[in-house]
Amino acid sequence: MGLYKIQMPDVGEGITEAEIVEWNVKAGDVVREDDVLAAVMTDKATVEIPSPADGTVQLVSGEIGEMTAVGSVIITLEVDGAGNEASISAEASATATKSAPEPKQKPEPKPEPKPVVAAPAPKPKPAAVVSKPTSTTATSGAPRAEGEAPLASPAVRKRAMDGGIKLAYVHGTGPAGRISHEDLDAYISGASAPAGRVTNAPNTSVEEIKVIGLRRKIAQRMQDAKQRIPHITYVEEVDVTELEKLRAHMNSSKRDDQPKLTILPFIMKAMVIGIKEFPKLSSHYDDGEDIVYQYGAAHIGMAAQTPGGLMVPVLKHAETHDVWGLATESKRLADAARDGSISRDELTGSTITLTSLGKLGGVVSTPVINSPEVAIVGVNKIVVRPVYQDGGFVPRKMMNLSSSFDHRIVDGYDAAEFIQRVRLLLENPATLFMEG
Amino acid sequence: METLTCNLLVLGAGPGGYVAAIRAGQLGIDTVIVEGEAHGGTCLNVGCIPSKAIIHAADEFEKAMHFAGENVLGISASAPKLDLSKTIAWKDAIVGRLTGGISGLLKKNKVRTVNGWGQMVDGKTCDVKTADGTVRVTAKHVVLATGSELIEIPSLPFGDNIISSTEALALDGVPEKLVVIGGGYIGLELGTAYAKMGSKVTVVEAAGRILPQYDAALSKPVADSLKKLGIEVLLNTKAKSANDAGTSLVVETADGDKKLPADKILVTVGRRAKTEGWGLSDLDLTMSGRVIAIDDQCRTSMTDVFAIGDVTGEPMLAHRAMAQGEMVAEIVAGQNRRFDKVCIPAVCFTDPEIVTAGLSPDEAKDAGYKTKIGIFPFAANGRAMTMEAEAGFVRIVARDDNDLVLGIQAVGKGVAELSAAFSLALEMGACLQDIAGTIHAHPTQSEGFQEAALKALGHALHI
Repeated sequence: MGLYKIQMPDVGEGITEAEIVEWNVKAGDVVREDDVLAAVMTDKATVEIPSPADGTVQLVSGEIGEMTAVGSVIITLEVDGAGNEASISAEASATATKSAPEPKQKPEPKPEPKPVVAAPAPKPKPAAVVSKPTSTTATSGAPRAEGEAPLASPAVRKRAMDGGIKLAYVHGTGPAGRISHEDLDAYISGASAPAGRVTNAPNTSVEEIKVIGLRRKIAQRMQDAKQRIPHITYVEEVDVTELEKLRAHMNSSKRDDQPKLTILPFIMKAMVIGIKEFPKLSSHYDDGEDIVYQYGAAHIGMAAQTPGGLMVPVLKHAETHDVWGLATESKRLADAARDGSISRDELTGSTITLTSLGKLGGVVSTPVINSPEVAIVGVNKIVVRPVYQDGGFVPRKMMNLSSSFDHRIVDGYDAAEFIQRVRLLLENPATLFMEG
Repeated sequence: METLTCNLLVLGAGPGGYVAAIRAGQLGIDTVIVEGEAHGGTCLNVGCIPSKAIIHAADEFEKAMHFAGENVLGISASAPKLDLSKTIAWKDAIVGRLTGGISGLLKKNKVRTVNGWGQMVDGKTCDVKTADGTVRVTAKHVVLATGSELIEIPSLPFGDNIISSTEALALDGVPEKLVVIGGGYIGLELGTAYAKMGSKVTVVEAAGRILPQYDAALSKPVADSLKKLGIEVLLNTKAKSANDAGTSLVVETADGDKKLPADKILVTVGRRAKTEGWGLSDLDLTMSGRVIAIDDQCRTSMTDVFAIGDVTGEPMLAHRAMAQGEMVAEIVAGQNRRFDKVCIPAVCFTDPEIVTAGLSPDEAKDAGYKTKIGIFPFAANGRAMTMEAEAGFVRIVARDDNDLVLGIQAVGKGVAELSAAFSLALEMGACLQDIAGTIHAHPTQSEGFQEAALKALGHALHI
């Protein structure tokens, strides 16, 4: 029979002590290998301590809630065989070498582990001390413990302050971690830290940002829309090669008084035509009154990013405009939204919304319906992709439309039909100008 | 009422205030400094400088007395005499030169001085009662540098024979019997000086030992020296009352009350922040106990109102106030500054002198450091022997894990001048190896510094 002493494990990251949060055994219990004996908690994690062997618990040291130093013996098992008493001091000094930074840990007053165990637990010793009393260089190096003042000469400190640099974040390569002018240079030039060193101190700052104004408005509307409306999102891919050709041609041959065309006026035009065939999509659903107001008009909201946040100016009666008119009107509205000159009237009354992030459009998005509308069409970016056509791969300009619908009012089938109609119009741009 | 407007108003022209003003002037800040007395504050007028002058005179006189008797150096001299009024006049001349020098420096840096007692009206306004009437100074930034004042024992009010350190620096004759109440550094510096000038000195200290702010190892050589000088030290003794004439002091000892005859009773029981008489109560600043609370930029709780020096509490040292003053001027000039000093050294000009910089062994231990300590006695230092100054030692406290020097202390003759090396080492973040690896000139007492570092590393050469 021998004794097996179980130490508070080194849970890493310079942690010198841990709190015992749970005892699963008491003295006299018989345990099997891998049984959980106790749980300890550090600032970062809770760690279970498994039994390393079969045996009988002889002694548990420490109360629940007690901070106990890493390396101190917390459980003593009686085991068959020799146990680990002999090896533990060797092991302790081995861990000691690893735990070099530990003595640098900011010395908070810590309750000593209660010496219930007869033989005091071998505590980790500071590294490389007694063994080399004749060393001529001071040990450098381990990262500073939290809260410990950085070590630097007054000249270095002044330079850092002048440059607005917190020395706490600068790695010191000098003896005892002293920060030299060169270390500061390295930090300023962003040179990479010496291998294996952590130079970025954890950023524990928390900034309190009041959600007010437009941001609060956006937050409320988004939450309201997402909470009340069961969204169905439908994504289809559109071959816009022909449309892009047409658009390029129109832009190159346009009159000076005509605006430069983006793809959006074309999509609006397609939506106008689509809405004519599926009028349900240009609607307001008053779910309090259980009434759907179906509009003859297509008042298209255009989601626009402004310095203050998301705004949705409304292009009224899109059905009355051709693509040039749509382009002129949408540019005017977007500019007005960005410079703040937009009127309240121009921000209300949309019956369907178009959202696009242009080059940032991504592959797929899940747009949120602009309540009380029932549909929103999202435009993703155009990319050239190989498409299998007529027995071979050809490069085509492809664009996805990601659109969401209020599933209470719009069935998936209707949504799909609307988007397919829009797709066909865009893929055959001539038809855009034949209808309506 | 005359009004002045400026960017920076400094209230008090002591070491903190005048340095703040000079530095501000250098930085082109429109600055006004307000002072009711001579420039230089306690330090120059009734503190550091005059006391060191008296201590020097006393040392010289004692030397002469020593040579008049049997001495190992084989010097003989006939009975020396001391004319204290002449000494005081010499001291006053030094003080005059220094305070005049400060006025000159302020002028040179275009700082406007308003002479008179200032009364803060609010955080931006100060009414100064000058000889020509009240002047109202308004400023964007204010530095409160009102300093500290002597603590009086209520039962022993100052007057006639009951004197403070201020009067002790301006006596017209050496008192035959001097009783010093308070065994701190002010009492012991002056008590020692008067003992050397011929007074029979008794020190009354309420605590169990003299210089209670220092550890026993540091104060022991001083205690030994007091004994040699014939100074009687009454520990665990409390001053109770004096007779009307101030020629006898009743003290309470463990064995009951005792009467001490005295020609002068010098009360040196400390200093406290000067928080009254200049309108602090109207400012409603956040206090830290009896002193103005400041942050690491010397900012008070009021925007753009700074406080520096003794009015912000311990350590009440001129060089701390100066460093704060310099920093605040730079902050007002828009620079990014923080009071990040590693150490504020302190010197006690007893005989022998005591220097402390950084953490003492006990303080280091309390801070949770595992330490190694190196001590080198001056008895093993050649230069100390040749100066008949073998008492004392240099002591270094360093971290055990990385040899970073945490604190340096010394006690010995003339060690005050070593303070520069000590604080430089600490401020530069020196390790024991840095000090051990620096050649210290032979033969000097400073070799003791290097040897103490070697000792801490385990290989001192001369012990």
